[in-house]
Amino acid sequence: MALTKAEMAQRLFEDVGLNKREAKEFVDIFFDVIREALEKGENVKLSGFGNFDLRQKNQRPGRNPKTGEEIPISARRVVTFRAGQKLKARVEAHAGSGQQ
Amino acid sequence: MTKSELILGLSERQAHLAQPDVELAVKSIIDQMADSLSGGSRIEVRGFGSFSLHFRPPRLGRNPKTGSVVALSGKYVPHFKPGKELRERVNAAARAGKPLKT
Repeated sequence: MALTKAEMAQRLFEDVGLNKREAKEFVDIFFDVIREALEKGENVKLSGFGNFDLRQKNQRPGRNPKTGEEIPISARRVVTFRAGQKLKARVEAHAGSGQQ
Repeated sequence: MTKSELILGLSERQAHLAQPDVELAVKSIIDQMADSLSGGSRIEVRGFGSFSLHFRPPRLGRNPKTGSVVALSGKYVPHFKPGKELRERVNAAARAGKPLKT
């Protein structure tokens, strides 16, 4: 089962003691604040988890896979995530019960 | 933006919450996300993105110091796929000429 905002809010209710409405609002704003920083062109570093880095991509040639027609892929800014050492080590140690 | 700046930002917007509660809540969310991925479970946040694990198959590597061949076992690595809204908003900001802050 995937972790969703609803479960995060439930835990804030249980562990931090926020009421249900506060907990739901907190989780929403948590991701809003991160997104707004990225929108402002700011990288986000969450120690113990990882970094959200922005990268500027130049225009490059692409193709419509259906028609084979060549169309340029426009220049754009993208978000990449780099997991921190701690998270990488923990995930790697999870020997994996098959692919999810 | 660092974790402490995120905590500050949240405190400003959730002024009714005590600062220690905000810190605890931020820590709780980040811990839950790390625990989820460590347990092999995806994270899905609509509008923001999803985190999943990608498998890296076993391969032969080399010890860069000695040059000897070493067998490396397969492993999982965290992967983030930005959601549509995040992708569009970040790119729209770039088009509007907002520079990257480094």
